[in-house]
Amino acid sequence: MYSDKVMDHFANPRNVGEIENADGIGEVGNAKCGDIMKMYLKIENNVIVDAKFKTFGCGAAVATSSISTELIIGKTVDEALNITNKAVAEALDGLPPAKMHCSNLAEEAIRAAIQDYKNKNGLSDNEDGCITCCKRCEDINHDID
Amino acid sequence: MDRKTIYFDHAATTPISSEVLEKMLPYLKGNFGNPSSIYYLGRESKKAVEDAREKVAKAISANPREIFFTGSGTEADNWAIKGVAYSNKDKGNHIITTSIEHHAVLHTCRYLESDGFEVTYLPVDENGLVSPDDVLKAIKPNTILISVMFANNEIGTIQPIGEIGKIAKEKGIIFHTDAVQAVGNVPIDVNELNIDLLSLSAHKLYGPKGVGALYIKKGVKITSFIHGGAQERGRRASTENVAGIVGLGEAIKIATENMEENNKKLLSLRDRTIEEVLKNIPFTRLNGDRQNRLPGNANFSFEFIEGESLLLMLDMKGIAASSGSACTSGSLDPSHVLLAIGLSHEIAHGSLRITFGKDNTHADIDILLNELPEIVGRLREMSPLYEKVKRGKQYV
Repeated sequence: MYSDKVMDHFANPRNVGEIENADGIGEVGNAKCGDIMKMYLKIENNVIVDAKFKTFGCGAAVATSSISTELIIGKTVDEALNITNKAVAEALDGLPPAKMHCSNLAEEAIRAAIQDYKNKNGLSDNEDGCITCCKRCEDINHDID
Repeated sequence: MDRKTIYFDHAATTPISSEVLEKMLPYLKGNFGNPSSIYYLGRESKKAVEDAREKVAKAISANPREIFFTGSGTEADNWAIKGVAYSNKDKGNHIITTSIEHHAVLHTCRYLESDGFEVTYLPVDENGLVSPDDVLKAIKPNTILISVMFANNEIGTIQPIGEIGKIAKEKGIIFHTDAVQAVGNVPIDVNELNIDLLSLSAHKLYGPKGVGALYIKKGVKITSFIHGGAQERGRRASTENVAGIVGLGEAIKIATENMEENNKKLLSLRDRTIEEVLKNIPFTRLNGDRQNRLPGNANFSFEFIEGESLLLMLDMKGIAASSGSACTSGSLDPSHVLLAIGLSHEIAHGSLRITFGKDNTHADIDILLNELPEIVGRLREMSPLYEKVKRGKQYV
């Protein structure tokens, strides 16, 4: 059911761990739904120079976390914000339909970590600070859009 | 199997044993006759079906005339519940079952609720046991059926079926039990236990898939389930799956004859696994009753990790098992059984079911016990929930 690329990123996840004194940290999902993603970013001159993650979740959740870190390292903050769940899924050669919400979670984790970075640095145009982390299981979108 | 697998998922299905396959093959080759045909080939098939019926009856101490072959255990459950409900509508519309039944029972009951029936779903205790006293208290003047599974497919808990059967008999209510997981693992005498209807399946007993049976006690009022022929004395039309039925007969015969010896082995595998996993992996609990438990079932919850990831990592090591996590169920909710015994969603997501079979060895367990702590540890290191525990923060 999983592509070889998903299995590769699950078996050998890239960038697992934490970043000390990270510039932005985002945590999305909840344990009740069975997946939590925590993304750590190191940002220099508006460029993401390092990203690490910790994930509680299924194979797809781990793989989407792993590929997301690869997709954003070296990108500017704005470029990273433009990464969609579709791009995350495509980078893994697709995900089974029931697992598409995992790619949403990865996209949300990136956004939440960047929001945290913006809040900490007074760059935020949105003081709310919680874009996605309040979602409940029922709100998770299973379809790619 | 084209790669070496250590198979620990016997509650999901079992391989057909070679003795069973041998008995089936003639009916897939030369003896292809339709049991309803009057010539020699037909009569041979008919004899084979009736011989299998006797074997199934003997295994549960029933009369062969009380055994009706079906296409699966699920079909037997559907037939038992809908059949009793519709043919006893004039007496009442209330059904009592439990919150930990297989979906074959639960979804059938929900369907009946949409058709005007009233269903009580009894709770279970933290070990998954149904209280006979709760059954008694749930009985109303309009109760027509009690359906309680013999042994649970996920956590292995064996229910006090004899006590519940006694209550049902005293109150004059029809009693059905889904014994798909129990047959061949637990001695069953339908008369002693006052069982009116019992569902069973071949593929859990080293028999083929696609064949099951429903025991219907003589005199129980139940409508026919499939219409269109005189097979199964007009109660379940369809040309018989002769090879499958022969396979069921042989499989159930072997399973019941070897039960004692087989259980001794399963218990030794199970108890060693439970003991060592609980000893060697912290933040782990056993799900299901420690004593009243199927001999081949071990079910654990590992905190801070998710079941599907665990299964994938075990699979990479050639170990096949299953989980009650949402990700393996195709929904966002973890197993209804694990929730019913009071586990939080978080803990239920981290469950692992290991079900042993006759071909497993202690060498298989050595491999499992060697790999499991490392895999759990690896997933925990990746988990943001475990991070909080390591830092001494309270786990929420």
